Amino acid sequence: MTVRRKEIHLAAHFPGVNNTTVWTDPRSKSQIEFSSFEHLARTAERGLFDFFFLAEGLRLREHKGRIHDLDVVGRPESLTVLNALAAVTDRVGLAATVNATFNEPFELARRLATLDHLSGGRAAWNVVTSSDAFTGENFRRGGYLDRADRYTRAAEFVAVARQLWDSWTPDGVPRPFAHRGRHFDIAGEFTLPRSPQGHPVVIQAGDSEEGREFAAATADVIFTRHGTLEAGRAFYADVKKRLEKYGRGPDQLKIMPGVTVVLGDTAAEAQEKAAGIRRQQVSPQNAILTLEQIWGVDLSSYDPDGPLPETDPVPDSSLTQGRTRHGDNVAIAEKWRALSKEKGLSIRQTVIEASARQSFVGTPEAVAIELETFVRRDAADGFILVPHLTPGGLDEFVDRVVPLLQERGAFRTEYEGTTLRSHLGLSGPEGKQ
Amino acid sequence: MTSSHGRGLLHLAAAVDQRAVHDADSYVELVRLAERGGLDFVTLDDTFARPGPDALAVLSRVAPATSRIGLVPTVTTTHTEPFHVQAAVATLDWVSRGRAGWRIDVSATESEARLFGRRPSRTPDFARAGGSPWPADALWQEAGEVAEVAAKLWDSWEDDAEIRDAATGRFIDRDKLHHVDFTGSAFSVKGPSIVPRPPQGHPVRVVDATEGTARQTAAEYADVVLVRAVSAAHATAVRDQVRESAREFGRDPGDLCVLASLVVDLGDGEHAAEPGHGGGGPRPTAQGPLYRGGPVDLAELIAGWYTDGTVDGFHLTPAEPRRDLERLVNGTVALLQHRGLFRTFYPGSTLREHLGLARPANQYAVAHAVTGGAS
Repeated sequence: MTVRRKEIHLAAHFPGVNNTTVWTDPRSKSQIEFSSFEHLARTAERGLFDFFFLAEGLRLREHKGRIHDLDVVGRPESLTVLNALAAVTDRVGLAATVNATFNEPFELARRLATLDHLSGGRAAWNVVTSSDAFTGENFRRGGYLDRADRYTRAAEFVAVARQLWDSWTPDGVPRPFAHRGRHFDIAGEFTLPRSPQGHPVVIQAGDSEEGREFAAATADVIFTRHGTLEAGRAFYADVKKRLEKYGRGPDQLKIMPGVTVVLGDTAAEAQEKAAGIRRQQVSPQNAILTLEQIWGVDLSSYDPDGPLPETDPVPDSSLTQGRTRHGDNVAIAEKWRALSKEKGLSIRQTVIEASARQSFVGTPEAVAIELETFVRRDAADGFILVPHLTPGGLDEFVDRVVPLLQERGAFRTEYEGTTLRSHLGLSGPEGKQ
Repeated sequence: MTSSHGRGLLHLAAAVDQRAVHDADSYVELVRLAERGGLDFVTLDDTFARPGPDALAVLSRVAPATSRIGLVPTVTTTHTEPFHVQAAVATLDWVSRGRAGWRIDVSATESEARLFGRRPSRTPDFARAGGSPWPADALWQEAGEVAEVAAKLWDSWEDDAEIRDAATGRFIDRDKLHHVDFTGSAFSVKGPSIVPRPPQGHPVRVVDATEGTARQTAAEYADVVLVRAVSAAHATAVRDQVRESAREFGRDPGDLCVLASLVVDLGDGEHAAEPGHGGGGPRPTAQGPLYRGGPVDLAELIAGWYTDGTVDGFHLTPAEPRRDLERLVNGTVALLQHRGLFRTFYPGSTLREHLGLARPANQYAVAHAVTGGAS
C-alpha cells in the first residue's frame, strides 16, 4: 500500500511595506494600482496556490518624528481589494490581514462573511493583535492593550465571529445571538446566512508563546518565521503537540513559514542574484536607518561606507514608531561591531551581512528539492512566498519551480475543490456542515 | 466645464438593492444593465439593521466586471471607524479606477447600537420608547465630522507624494504626506491615511437630505444630494434650502448635484400612470415617493422636472429590481436619449466626470501654495 505523499501548500504574499520590497528595480510597478494586485493574484492562481495574502499596517511608520520615506509605503485596504480580486480569479484563496484590536466583531465578521459569499468560499482572515498607542491615535478606541489582553481580546473576537457565522439556521433563517464577555457585550441578529466555507479560514501570524497557544486553540493556518530545518522541526512539533488539548488533530492547523526564493540557472548565478537583491534592499540610506533603529539615536552624520559607531545604543528609544522590535539592541550592536571588525565591513556591508538572507537560493531543481524536504521532514506544511518585486516577483517561481514540485508528486496539478478550506485539506467547522 | 445647476446634462442613477441576495452574479448583472443605459451611477444601500451583505464589498466585487458606471455604496458612520471607512472608500476608488462614491448614512436605532455594544444608550427613556439612543441631529453632526476627516485623509497624501528617487533612496517625499490631527466630538484621528490619494481626489459623497436632520451635513459635504420628493414643489423647497445652506458654508451651490429619489414600479408596462398619481407624478408611500406607471410617462416626468430646473436628475429605485431596471434602461432611458436629454455613451471615465464635477484641489497642497510653497 502506498502512503499518500504529504502535499505542499503555497501562498503568495503581496510585496509589502518594508525594505524586502525593492522599488528601485526598473521592473518594479505600482504598489497601489489594481492591475498589480490582479497580476500577482492571477499568477498565484496559475500556479495553483492555496491563497493570496495581503498584509496590513494602520499607521505609517515614523522615524525621528517624521514619516519614514525610504521604503515602499501606502497600500489599499485589504478586504476591498480582495473582493475586487474575487472578480478576476476563480479558485485561489483570498486572505486579508485585519487587526482585532481596532475593529469590532459584528462589522468585521460581516465583512469576512461577505467576502466568503462573493468569492464562493475563498475568504481567509489573518488575525493580528498588534496594538500600541501610536497606532491607536487613528482610532476611536485609541489606547493600548497590554500583551496578554491583546490575545484574550483576539480569542474572544474570533469566538464571537464564529458564533455570528453560525447564527443562521442551515435553511437560511436568522437566529438571534447574544454574547457577553470580558471584551464584548453584544446581541442582535447577524445580517448574512452561513457562507460557503461556514467559517472563513483563520490565520495567525507570530511565533511567541501566546501566539502558538492562540493558534493551537483557534487558527487553521499559522504564518511563522522561516529558519533552519531543525528549528522548523522543533517549532512544528511544539505547535502540533498543543493541538490535542483542544481536541484537534495535527492536520487541522497548517504551518506555513514566510519565505523568499531566488532562482538562477546555476547555483552560483542564484547566489550572485541574491547578493544583488540584498544590496538593493539595503540602500546606503537604509543602512543608516537600520542602525538608527538599533542604536536609537540620530546617526545621519555617519558614512554608510565607513565604520560602525563606537557608542552603545540608547535603551527604550522612541526614535522609531510603528515598527515591531526584535530583541536586545545592546546585544545586537555588540554582535554587529564584532562582525564588522572580524570581516572588515562598512556600515552598509555589515547591515547586508547581518540582515536575513533569502530563504531558498538555487536552481529551480535545488529549490524544489529543498522545499519538499522541509515539508516531508515536518518542518512545515507549506510556504508563504514573499517576492521582492511587484507584481512579477513570482512569475519565475510559478513557471519553473511549480512544475518540478508537481513532477515530484509534491504539489497539486489541479484544484480539486472550490473553497480555500478544500485546498488546505481542512474539514468544515465541526457539526455545522 | 462646471455647469450651473440644472443646466448640465441630465443625471440618472439607479439603486441595485435586492432582497436576500448574497452572490456576486446577480449584482454584476444589474450593474452591467445600468451601465448599458449610460447611467451616472448605481447605489447599493446598507445597514446593520437588516439582512444583506456589506455594500462596499459588493460594489468592489462588481468593479472589475464593469468599466464606466459610478459605484456608490452606503457606508454608515455611527458605529464604524472613520479611518477604516475612508480607507475602504478610497480603495473602492482605486479598484474601480475613479468610479467610487459614498452614500453617507447613520445608524439611529438601539438595536444597531446593541450589535456593537460599545455605545450604551445615554437616554434610556428615549430608547425605551423605541427611539434612537442618540438624537438624529447628533448622529448627523458626527457623520459630517466623518466626511470632514475622510476628505482630510484623502488629501493627506498629495498626488505626487510617491517619487521613487533612487539617488536619495526615497520612495516618497514626506513633505507631501500630512498628519490630519482631527478632533471631532466623539473621535480623533492622527493620520496620514494608509492609502495614497484616490484617483478622483475625493470619491463622490452622496447624502439623502430629505430629513431636516441630514440637511446641514448634505449642504456642507455632499457632491450629490438626494431628495425623496412627492412633488416638484417639495423637491424645489428642499433643494433651495440645501443650496442656500451650502452658500453659507462658502460653497458654490451650483457644485451640488440635486437628484429626486423615487421608487419606480413599471410593472404595468405601457399603461399610463394610475389614477390618483396626479398625471403620472409620484405619490407618498411607506417606502418613499412611488411612481407607478409606464416607462414613457416616467420619461415625461423626468424630462419635466429636469427642464424646468427643479432637479439635476433622478435617482430611481426599481420596485422589482430586474424587471423595472430593464424597463427603465430599455424604455425610459432610451426615450430620454432620443430626445437628446441624456448621454448615449460615457465621454468620461470617472464618476466625477460623469457628474460634471471638478477633481478637487488638495487642501494641503493648496496650503503649500498659499504659504509660498516653501520647503
